Amino acid sequence: MNYVLKRLGQAVLTVLVVVSFSFALIRLLPGGPMDYLRAKIIEQGGSDLSQEAINMRIEAQTGITTDEPIYVQYVDYMTGLLQGDFGQSVWFGDPVAEIIGPAIPWTVFLTGTALFLGFLVGISLGAFMAYKEGSRFDVGATGVGLFLNSTPNYVVALLGLTFLGYQLELFPTGGRYASELTVGFNLPFLLSVLHHGALPILSMAIVAFGGWALNMRGNSIRILGEDFLRVARLRGLSTRRIAIRYVARNAILPMYTGLMIAIGTAFGGAIIIENIFAYPGVGFYMIQSINSRDYPLMMGAFILITVAMVIGITIADLTYGWIDPRARGGGSRESY
Amino acid sequence: MNPTDDRASVDAEDAGSDGAVKDPLVDAVGGADVRPADARKRSAITGHDRHGQAVTDGGEAVSQFEQTAEFTMSKGERRRQWLEEKLLAPARIVWSDWRARTGLLVVSFYLLMGIVGPHVVAAPSPNQGRRLLGAFRSLEHPFGTTASGVDLLSQTVHATPAMLLMLASGAVFSVVLGTAIGTTSGYKGGRFDSIAMTINDMAMTIPGLPLTIVLASVLQIEGHPIVIGILITINAWAGLARAIRSQVLTLRESEYVEASRIMGISTPKIVLGDIVPNLMPYITMNFVQQARMVIFGSVGLYFLGVLPYTSTNWGVMMDAAVHRAGATSSLLAIHWLLVPMFTVIALAFGLTLLAQGADRIFNPRVRARHAETIEGEGEGGDGDPGDGTSTTDAMEKNAGGTTTGGI
Repeated sequence: MNYVLKRLGQAVLTVLVVVSFSFALIRLLPGGPMDYLRAKIIEQGGSDLSQEAINMRIEAQTGITTDEPIYVQYVDYMTGLLQGDFGQSVWFGDPVAEIIGPAIPWTVFLTGTALFLGFLVGISLGAFMAYKEGSRFDVGATGVGLFLNSTPNYVVALLGLTFLGYQLELFPTGGRYASELTVGFNLPFLLSVLHHGALPILSMAIVAFGGWALNMRGNSIRILGEDFLRVARLRGLSTRRIAIRYVARNAILPMYTGLMIAIGTAFGGAIIIENIFAYPGVGFYMIQSINSRDYPLMMGAFILITVAMVIGITIADLTYGWIDPRARGGGSRESY
Repeated sequence: MNPTDDRASVDAEDAGSDGAVKDPLVDAVGGADVRPADARKRSAITGHDRHGQAVTDGGEAVSQFEQTAEFTMSKGERRRQWLEEKLLAPARIVWSDWRARTGLLVVSFYLLMGIVGPHVVAAPSPNQGRRLLGAFRSLEHPFGTTASGVDLLSQTVHATPAMLLMLASGAVFSVVLGTAIGTTSGYKGGRFDSIAMTINDMAMTIPGLPLTIVLASVLQIEGHPIVIGILITINAWAGLARAIRSQVLTLRESEYVEASRIMGISTPKIVLGDIVPNLMPYITMNFVQQARMVIFGSVGLYFLGVLPYTSTNWGVMMDAAVHRAGATSSLLAIHWLLVPMFTVIALAFGLTLLAQGADRIFNPRVRARHAETIEGEGEGGDGDPGDGTSTTDAMEKNAGGTTTGGI
């Protein structure tokens, strides 16, 4: 229970730090976003805009009131964020929350499915490779795994887009679903979503599973040589029980930390993938905002990506303590 | 590896408390003449066994403090031993493993391309050849040309030095920082550990690439490769620090660390002398992995056009191919896209193979076996290249030692 509280506290603290950091970046940097926004408003509105009017616009866009002392601005900014007010997009003119909010589930859908697929296929393949250790299959699969491990996912995405998307026209080359369909829980819509998501998800999953397979293979082989496994066989346990409870469980546990880091890499990588496939997720809007120097939208996207990731990692971390009780203690003892 | 292995006398005592000196390196270099003529006359060798119990082998009672080394090595011998240990044995190990060998060859090729290449290949400029010439159509432009007639080969080669500089700076930054935080935190424990790890975990949960994008955009930095390298790995040290910390937690209880502690050696010295050498395989592997991550991240972000750059590089080439010539929607410019892609994949593949091989170089057992071979010309092929069984044997050892390989 203590562990859970500590972990949740840490998650909240992380979000707080990131938000403060983004406040500092926007507000405090000389020649940074604030000055740029001000210059842009003056440029648009002409020189007849009063100082007050400019400040009003900046406040609407960033949620920061420029004529107050810094700590008041900070508190205002924080409370605004807590109420879901991420400011207003300079480029689109809409509130940031309204642009990014609907995009989040799509990004989570892409990365989550890709992570899950890659991990599942990877560990199954790795376990099978360990089982067939030394065979031609094992050597071949190791080679393939090493190669996939050295291929960036955006390369797969670009090749998939070129050949499967444009040349063979098997998959759509952009968007989240066919625009003529009614959004909702109906079969054509769901199929369209899968069809549009297939290439982005596969390009992320394919390169990921090579690494997982190699890891799983190594861990399984090491565990196959352990004494407790010999004891388990001597006890006459069934092969199935040994394979799942003894080998698989112990081989997967060390990869759990890797999975947590992978969540982060996946959210980062999704930015590139979403832009290649023109898939309107959070990453897509983030790059849009950078190209148009739309700072409120950019910081909103960054904060929301971080929050999504913190939630993902916290869940992974909490379930780890539950799967492996040894992880709850740790070397907190002061030693030397 | 034992931290004191350059002092042969200590090493001999260390090898086993029963006095039977079986250090392969000593064997290899000194041969038989370093052994004392009469083994019975040697002093008692006392030490501690695995359980920390005092053990003596019952030789003549001479205090440990008066004891001197039983054999001496001349400077030449020492130099030879050092050479053998530090250079020749690792080189042989690398060469005996096909993956390490391939990786080394690939990476050396890129180094060559970065150092010599720009002097050999003409600098890229517009209208070097016909516009959008396909790959492998002419000898003059083997990789074809861009939409403005720039030779792709020269563009690729001239981008290499900056890319390599970026890889190196990113990898050095994250590995040095990660190792420093991980070892200190794991060794010290207590309050320092919990504070460091709280910060560390927070850094770990901030998404790396988005952070890089935001910083690059807001800070308006210039596109120097060294700065970009650091920016890409801005929070990559955190994952490494965590992994290293958990390895240090087990190392800090080992006997020789305890011995150093009892001798009153300072904490920084213990960490650098006793702990870090033990983690070298892991650190080296991560260095190479980080370099790979830097190339993946940077090329991806250059492709998106969100990083500043001073000269055209592989990512910028891909960006131009897709967004200016439409390489994805028409096959006319596909070579423009494929050339930088292949360049990136080949380098990453070389780095991956090298990372896998790095483990072997530092594995003391493999090293000892290779050091022995200069004396007795090998007992059966440890690593005949191309031989199926030895390859998988090596894979098993490598993969077993690493839990957070490549993701």
